[in-house]
Amino acid sequence: MENSFIKALAEIVGAEYTLSDPESLACYGYDSTPELQSRPGVVVLPKCTEEIARVMALCDGSGIRVTPRGSGTNLSGGSISFDAGVVLQTSRMNRILEIDEENLTATVETGVITSALHREVEAKGLFYPPDPGSMNISTMGGNVAENSGGLRGLKYGVTDDYVMGLKTVLANGDILKTGGKMVKDVAGYNLNQLLVSSEGTLGVFSEVTVKLIPKPQTKKTMLVHFPQLEQAALTVSHIIAARIIPATLEFLDRTTIKCVEDYAKVGLPLDVDAVLLIEVDGHPAQVEEDAAGIREICERHHCSFFQTAASPEEALKLATARRVALSALARVRPTTILEDATVPRSCIAPMVKLIQDTAKKYDLLIGTFGHAGDGNLHPTCLTDERNPDEIKRAHQAFGEIFEATIAIGGTITGEHGVGVAKKKYLPKLVGESGLRVMRGIKGAFDPRGTLNPGKIF
Amino acid sequence: MDYVKLINCMRCGMCLPHCPTYKETFLETASPRGRVALVRKFQDGELVESEKFLEYVSLCLDCQACASACPCGVNAGELVAEFRCERKNEKGLSLMEDMVLRKLVPHPDRLEAATAPLRLYQKTGLQKVVRSLGLLKMFPEALGRMEGLLPKLPDAPLRQTIKEVTPAVGKEKGTAGFFLGCVMSLIFSEASLATVTLLSALGYKVVTPKDQKCCGAPNMLGHDMEGLKDAARFNTDLFESHDLDFVVTDCGGCGAELKKYGHHLDGEEGATTFSAKVRDISEVLAGEAGALKELLKPLPLKVTYHDACHIAHCQGIRSQPRTLINLIPGIDFRELPEADACCGSAGTYNIEKPEMSDRVLSRKVLNVQKTGADYLVTSNPGCLLQLKKALSEATPPVKVIHLTELLQMSMNA
Repeated sequence: MENSFIKALAEIVGAEYTLSDPESLACYGYDSTPELQSRPGVVVLPKCTEEIARVMALCDGSGIRVTPRGSGTNLSGGSISFDAGVVLQTSRMNRILEIDEENLTATVETGVITSALHREVEAKGLFYPPDPGSMNISTMGGNVAENSGGLRGLKYGVTDDYVMGLKTVLANGDILKTGGKMVKDVAGYNLNQLLVSSEGTLGVFSEVTVKLIPKPQTKKTMLVHFPQLEQAALTVSHIIAARIIPATLEFLDRTTIKCVEDYAKVGLPLDVDAVLLIEVDGHPAQVEEDAAGIREICERHHCSFFQTAASPEEALKLATARRVALSALARVRPTTILEDATVPRSCIAPMVKLIQDTAKKYDLLIGTFGHAGDGNLHPTCLTDERNPDEIKRAHQAFGEIFEATIAIGGTITGEHGVGVAKKKYLPKLVGESGLRVMRGIKGAFDPRGTLNPGKIF
Repeated sequence: MDYVKLINCMRCGMCLPHCPTYKETFLETASPRGRVALVRKFQDGELVESEKFLEYVSLCLDCQACASACPCGVNAGELVAEFRCERKNEKGLSLMEDMVLRKLVPHPDRLEAATAPLRLYQKTGLQKVVRSLGLLKMFPEALGRMEGLLPKLPDAPLRQTIKEVTPAVGKEKGTAGFFLGCVMSLIFSEASLATVTLLSALGYKVVTPKDQKCCGAPNMLGHDMEGLKDAARFNTDLFESHDLDFVVTDCGGCGAELKKYGHHLDGEEGATTFSAKVRDISEVLAGEAGALKELLKPLPLKVTYHDACHIAHCQGIRSQPRTLINLIPGIDFRELPEADACCGSAGTYNIEKPEMSDRVLSRKVLNVQKTGADYLVTSNPGCLLQLKKALSEATPPVKVIHLTELLQMSMNA
């Protein structure tokens, strides 16, 4: 990267926030995606929309590519610059600008941490439901760019369902405002929704306005053991079919249960195929009724154990098994490849079975846990990056798993994005016409291909 | 250095929101994940030990909040400390480090002798004169900061004045060994006296072996593993020669170090047995909550609690101190936001990295002010020194005391 260009960036964001020493570049060469790394040419941390706009105009004019980045928790390589360009990190833009109690909206700068927004709105008796696993560090801008999900997706939906307005800096530095505080707005194309899950390829968000809802009055947490996988999966389908929509309906398979128990000793059974963690929330009477209905369905499907939390502390204890699933798996082997296969929820059982068979075929250790209620599974391969043969087998196995996912009407990612990690599977999923439309949209927003090159397509 | 420990980091970023230096800078190089990456790249030969590189790895406070937060069990703080230790040993210690961290601090006699002039300096009123004339500005910066932190010293270190055996009040339940620690004995002797009084009031005979040595943490800071092992062997033998049910300390740093003796001495049986006997005073007292409650009288104070890193992150003690504070009738306990975030004291960090230390400290002070408490309780001498000074200068000022002092206040109320 030329010194004069770095100097020009420093004039915009300040020398302290323009990083080009080899140590800094090494530290911005990764995100949370296993195996992927590539050093950027320079890193900038702007403080406001105008600074982002000036950085973009400068880069677009100079033919230098820009990769936006929040806290770097991306799991598909989306926040890594693969062409030694500029990494633009938004963490310094971290003010909650407004919580509007009349319109039930919150407006935040793009670098606000998701759980910080949770705390602020919950203190006012309001609720922002999206709760990705990384919510304690992921930024709101990143959540919007990846359309993040979380444990409450089943009942409350994902980030997409809450984004009402965006302020976005386009590739050439223009500022685009879409949506706002209006509940109804049908003027022209829905650019707002288009920008959500654009993975930093269409613009850099600087402000986000989200919808808030009243905080649920109460909740009930249940942990259920199933000796057979089939029965757990049928229970999931039948709970939904009985018109009960839990806030959370999470699943752990046998491999995951064993790892969780080995590490956390939370009292999980080692002789069952599956565990479900179920949480219902809302009006107390409705919560009671839903919980009773769920219990009846679980028992009808031969659960071996049904436990309801009597207090918030106990609820937390029950939820521990699910919360520590990734931790437990990550402690088994050094390299944890966490995937994101998503199927219609009626296909959970065959999908888990297929993952287990594929693991056996390739002699791999794969634990599966995830959001059973919305069909979003996280098969997680426990491996060691120093063993190239094992890594190769892991990729072969995931190739087969994704082929099968697409074949049964599922998708290659439910909440982590395509990035670079999944782009080889995208054409199979969306077809030629899908790709042509997407490329056309990209061209309309970013004709020179300045923003986040090499991602998605 | 064990390379596997480095590759266990899956770069998930869960450590970032817990790291005090990341929260101040938002820079990846100032985060646990970033530091592990730097050390790994150094081992891989992709980075060299440049000035910037050293600056980045030395910015870590070693508060170990990252270890508490890590899903994969990576202790980034410890890895960085280990790395710094290895590099230091290759290059050798500075004369000053050698003198202070190896030859002075680990030896109670020498340390007490060396601090005697300080007591004189305070007693004769010279300190007042120096401070009021602003002469501190004439000291080298580090020395000036050290002087500024110093509260009023007791007349004599506790090690010199305490009896070797303090009998139990009433029926004797058991025998506790008391590990004094250097700063507690030299500066916070009243808190340590309260510790002994509480144990005795609860029916424990307290044995305080007079020739105990430093726990060894300063050796660790001085990258002197041999010195650390010597201290560990000496203290283990000394305490094991008495017939003790457990060994108690009221210093978070000492507690964390003593509990690691088994590890330091590669699992030697005596050291492992000794380490298993070590308790922080809050662990002992929380186990005696019923009996202790009988002794406590109402204390209508607004109190908050700061989790010292060596208590919360290194020893996993979080609920016990809060339980004890809430035992006191009439107390209005207010939870401190970011209670387990480092206060910026961090051994000698506040002297070596004053700018970052002050930023971390300011955040802590703001959080304490948000609670509206009149008293801040904590149980580590480094935090006590750092927070006493900062909070005495806050408006309104907040009093900072050790947990055992608060309990004694309630007992004497």
